[in-house]
Amino acid sequence: MLFGFTWDTSHGELAFAISILPILLMGLLVTIEASIAGFAVAMVLGLIFAVLKGAPSRFISWPATFITEFFRDTPLLVQLFFLYYVLADHGVILPAFLTGCLALGVQYSAYTAEVYRAGIEAVPKGQSEAARALDFSPLHTFTHIILPQAIPRVVPAFGNYLVSIMKDVPVLSVVTVLEMLGVAKIIGDQTFDYMVPLTMVGGIYLILTIVCSGVVRYVDMKLPKTGIPLK
Amino acid sequence: MTEPIIKFEKVVKKYGSHVVLDELDFDVKPGEKVTIIGPSGSGKSTVLRILMTLEEISSGIIHVDGEPLWHEEKNGSLKPASEAHLKKMRSKLGMVFQQFNLFPHMSVMRNITEAPVNVLKLPKAEARDRAEQLLKMVGLTEHAHKFPSQLSGGQQQRVGIARALAMRPKIMLFDEPTSALDPELVGEVLNVIGSLAAEHDLTMLLVTHEMRFAREVSDRICFFDRGRIREQGTPEEIFTNPKEERTREFLKAVLEG
Repeated sequence: MLFGFTWDTSHGELAFAISILPILLMGLLVTIEASIAGFAVAMVLGLIFAVLKGAPSRFISWPATFITEFFRDTPLLVQLFFLYYVLADHGVILPAFLTGCLALGVQYSAYTAEVYRAGIEAVPKGQSEAARALDFSPLHTFTHIILPQAIPRVVPAFGNYLVSIMKDVPVLSVVTVLEMLGVAKIIGDQTFDYMVPLTMVGGIYLILTIVCSGVVRYVDMKLPKTGIPLK
Repeated sequence: MTEPIIKFEKVVKKYGSHVVLDELDFDVKPGEKVTIIGPSGSGKSTVLRILMTLEEISSGIIHVDGEPLWHEEKNGSLKPASEAHLKKMRSKLGMVFQQFNLFPHMSVMRNITEAPVNVLKLPKAEARDRAEQLLKMVGLTEHAHKFPSQLSGGQQQRVGIARALAMRPKIMLFDEPTSALDPELVGEVLNVIGSLAAEHDLTMLLVTHEMRFAREVSDRICFFDRGRIREQGTPEEIFTNPKEERTREFLKAVLEG
């Protein structure tokens, strides 16, 4: 029994599988929430790092590069433990779920920053020259001219990282976030049948990532390659 | 004698050791239509790009409308210009690019109104009125709501001209405005530039390979060679009776090619 859910272990594997599906789907909900929250953090933080790394002053771009390298080259688990245990030692106590999403977002911001940069560099130079000739501020040029043209070029790359984040969510179970894999393991621990719940987790993950890739492809197809239209 | 609106004094532009402008002296009077011709690499586009503040100068001084462009007077001495000064100076100039450089994610209307609304802080309705007048002038009233990709190259360039004019510059710079166009589309763009030259007291600086057009619209032709003005004069003088051998060679090559 888990959270009031019970399962059927006496009528064969199919009945067992069906009986644990609802609770696995509850775990799936947590997985999806953590993925989306982590991805959102990665998108926002990545954009900030992309801007800082491209700053004309080395006093800004070098530290930004160093920090993103650090995020990228240390394991997610280390970052997660650091946020969860070390910060707690210093009085910063964050809920497990929030910690997990932050860790995912921080790690992946190093990757999304590179994606943003690639997109930004792919916008023809003439665009920023025209913006300069028309006297736009650097901020307006970035938000209204460069970024809307950069993002549609790199949607598939962002999509890949969204799928990667989803597949990394089970790591959060080590800081007590009960997502789908964690749920399956508890079921296995209690029933001594690991094969059915773990197989189901694998299957659900496969469906999840296929759906997610489909959505990304759809967004990619729908966004005009010339840029997000500003009416 | 009127003060020149553009004045280059011993302007040098270098990329590494490659000299693009070689102590260039060059004046343009207010309202004057000047065409710059010359072989590729002679520095003619660079003159426009420097004026638009897209490229810095290596040395020398440029005055635009009575004020130094790349310098600023502070405590009686000239210092490199601040971004605020460059911004102020840029508002005097408008530029039309070889590759149009329209914003592909904005409608024609928004391409033209974006800068007046966001830079000049014009009310939206006023910016739209201004844009509609300009679209009428360039003959594209029907296309206001289309995106650049739905237009021909000639139409895109006419939008580019309208977009620059919407900022009401004193000086218009045309950087090979028809070089990227299919031959049958060149005429419509030249017509717009031609009527602009005829009807307005705008100062115009044009880099082009369209010699017949240059002859029609220009008050003066400057032949650039290796970063300097090799020869200049009225279209009559340059096209019918060039003094320099180098000018003759160039015109012969262009007019026969």
